[in-house]
Amino acid sequence: MTARIIDRRFDSKNKSAANRSRFLRRFRAQIRQAVADAVARRSIKEIDKDERIGIPAKDISEPQFAHGQGGRRMRVFPGNDRFARGDHVQRPPEGAAGKGSSASPDGEGTDDFSFTLSKDEFLDIFFDDLALPDLVKKQLARVQEYQRVRAGYTQTGVPTNLSILRSMRGAAGRRIAVAGPYTARIAELEAKLARMLDERDEPDNDIDALRKEIMRLRLRRDAIPFLDTFDLRYSNRVLVPQPSTQAVMVCIMDVSGSMDEQKKLIAKRFFMLLYIFLTRNYESVDVVFIRHHTQAVEVDEDEFFHSRETGGTVVSTALHLMQQIIRERYSSSLWNIYGAQASDGDNWDNDSAPCRSYLGEKILPLVQYFAYVEIADEPQNLWQEYEKLIDGTDNFALQRIRTLEDIYPVFRALFQKRQA
Amino acid sequence: MSEPPSPLPQGSEWNEEALRRYDEEIGRVAEAHGLDCYRHQLEIITAEQMMDAYASTGMPVFYHHWSFGKHFLATERNYRRGQMGLAYEIVINSDPCIAYLMEENTLTMQAIVIAHAAYGHNSFFKSNYLFRAWTSADTIVDYLVFARNYIADCEERHGHDEVERLLDACHALMNVGVNRYKRPPRLSLAKEKERQRERAEYIQSHVNDLWRTLPRRESAAADEAPKKRFLDEPEENLLYFIEKNAPLLEPWQREIVRIVRKVGQYFYPQRQTQVMNEGWATFWHYTLLNDLYDEHLLSDGFMLEFLQSHSNVIHQPAYNSNWFGGINPYALGFAMWRDLRRICEEPTEEDRAWFPDIAGSEWHAVLDFAMRNFKDESFVAQYLSPKLMRDMRLFCVEDDDLEPMLAVNAIHDDSGYRELRETLAEQYNLGNREPDLQVWDVDFRGDRSLTIRYALRDRRPLAASMEAVMDHLACLWGFSVRLESVDADGNVELLCERQHEKRQRA
Repeated sequence: MTARIIDRRFDSKNKSAANRSRFLRRFRAQIRQAVADAVARRSIKEIDKDERIGIPAKDISEPQFAHGQGGRRMRVFPGNDRFARGDHVQRPPEGAAGKGSSASPDGEGTDDFSFTLSKDEFLDIFFDDLALPDLVKKQLARVQEYQRVRAGYTQTGVPTNLSILRSMRGAAGRRIAVAGPYTARIAELEAKLARMLDERDEPDNDIDALRKEIMRLRLRRDAIPFLDTFDLRYSNRVLVPQPSTQAVMVCIMDVSGSMDEQKKLIAKRFFMLLYIFLTRNYESVDVVFIRHHTQAVEVDEDEFFHSRETGGTVVSTALHLMQQIIRERYSSSLWNIYGAQASDGDNWDNDSAPCRSYLGEKILPLVQYFAYVEIADEPQNLWQEYEKLIDGTDNFALQRIRTLEDIYPVFRALFQKRQA
Repeated sequence: MSEPPSPLPQGSEWNEEALRRYDEEIGRVAEAHGLDCYRHQLEIITAEQMMDAYASTGMPVFYHHWSFGKHFLATERNYRRGQMGLAYEIVINSDPCIAYLMEENTLTMQAIVIAHAAYGHNSFFKSNYLFRAWTSADTIVDYLVFARNYIADCEERHGHDEVERLLDACHALMNVGVNRYKRPPRLSLAKEKERQRERAEYIQSHVNDLWRTLPRRESAAADEAPKKRFLDEPEENLLYFIEKNAPLLEPWQREIVRIVRKVGQYFYPQRQTQVMNEGWATFWHYTLLNDLYDEHLLSDGFMLEFLQSHSNVIHQPAYNSNWFGGINPYALGFAMWRDLRRICEEPTEEDRAWFPDIAGSEWHAVLDFAMRNFKDESFVAQYLSPKLMRDMRLFCVEDDDLEPMLAVNAIHDDSGYRELRETLAEQYNLGNREPDLQVWDVDFRGDRSLTIRYALRDRRPLAASMEAVMDHLACLWGFSVRLESVDADGNVELLCERQHEKRQRA
């Protein structure tokens, strides 16, 4: 009996991908909720990581008819160390290991079912919430710029990539190698001929034969092609993803009393999306957080989103701080600078006009793009001022946000610009 | 053996050549013992593929369903955390018999798997009466391909949600969707395809006809006549009943019910012979590898690794151990087959008294007979010897919720052997382990409601999951469904009822 041995290791990987996607589809609502919770919890820079998701056990159980607890049942156990027939023992407490307690009927505990959502799946659901168009999702989900870099030589290719030096070097080597035996033989025969010419007089049959042989060998040697098709070498180039250097993203958020948690959460999504967008396009992305009420300070992310302040709002302080940080740390010849401002639009009345002019004159010339989102139902005074900037510039966008779906249009301009 | 034996390859690294040599040698010894096997095929797979196989019941092809995705995720999580090792092997009851070898295994492990799966399980699949009667190894893969394509096709045509809902419902009823006693006809792909349309059309017309008989006014007198039940006899196979009689199912839905039912039926023998089958395979890998060692083909190092993993497999923690999780089928099965061999080879007086037919006879014949003609329940009832009960120190506990204390009914002594053996055999009786549910009646003159009866035994109630299962059943039946329990005295009690909900689609 001979057995067949089949190596299946390289067969289709991910055979259960179809089952996995069905699973994700079925529990979309729960997973969505888990993703939303995760987004609130995560820091901006952690946005594209795996995520562990828990699903309540009752939602995911596969019910079957089974016996429940109770009634009379007999069970046989191994390892008797103390009992005799007729003994009575106390019933062990519920759930204790060992006799008496029976496992749950379907073999599953009552704990939540948890699993890990891959980075791609996580982003997919994150994007879904934001109602991103598919094309954009695709662009965000992968690195899109490539550079061709040299990667040795190949034997096939297009004529433009022909490496003459390599091909000729190879050909020369081949010629020497293939001609070797002939050359050696010719040298040998010529020596013999010279000896014969010394010893004998012409015409001589042997000498003629020798000459003919030498001639034949020379012809053979000369017939070796100078350049053969298999000498050809082509420069090989491969595509290497190429994020285009570095960027800094300056997040400005109003933390005055009127910005509640809900508004901050929306703002956070907005910043996250911008961050993902930037990481897809730049090699390294710095994030600067500036929060302001009547005063602006640079803070870390945690404080940015979570500390509460009260009081009025003077937006211009934040813009001044931003300009100062850029000047000191991110000189714009080396850095791509993106500004993102989130506010409820409530500003100290006399401050909005200076904000507009400061933004227009001092900041917009420095940055690639500046986006302002106002999380409010009605346009506020800052909005009205900023609106006047739209016409003169191509790197400024503003958007009023009521729900998450409103975030995306801010990015539309951004993407259009990149596609151009 | 004329030529001096050359030792088999050593070390933990395996390669194809080494596997082939092990397979040949193991095959040679197995043949000498008279093991009758299907041809087999060894497939080398990665851990991930092993988890795939796990998730879809080990079969090389299977239809898609979210629950398999869930099992995969659960397995993956446990494996990644190191909470469990993967089983060393999965073997498929098909012809040729497919045994999976995981690439991470050492050479020794691969040899164990080959002996265990490709010869042990394989011969069991081929000869045990349940597998012979219930499964057809040569056609199962074809049938599964058919099933997968058919279901994929339905998803395309009727939508994922629709198919998913149907499969959910069928899966919920899978363990009451088997014929426990009737033998099913053989599956064949060609026949299946050919008959599928015919069947669909026929059943549909049949069903429609059944339901066309709406109650008419003038037949009021007829209603007075003694009420005739829809079924002459109760039907134990709920899925079969649904497939044939559910009034509102479309032909494709009936076909899917049928597929799930067939698949459930296919795996039924495995559930009935776990102790025997695993014990048999363990017994043979132990015997075969020891034979090779006696021929000096295996090194001591190999044997140490082998024995270590072998004893892990057959470890039986005592009832009061933290690791106790019921009787280990490998341990019990292995011990019983070994004991059976001992009874043949070195019978004691006790054995002669208990097993007069087999004590002292040729062990190959005895084991072969037992393997062919028994299932767990009858195997234990027939062959569990007093010595083994003493060795395993078995005892029987009665847990009655009316009594304040548990009672020890029997232990491994003269007065207890028979009761102990009987109880353990009952414990492996699937009909006893799983609730006994039968289709009782359909009110075909009234609201078309379906009544299922649960036969109460020893006052054991149904678990709360029945509520959810009844939802699924109602969804399949399309009209009201009722679940009643009936006790030994014939008292009927309503457990659960699902009123007919209007469905958008008839």
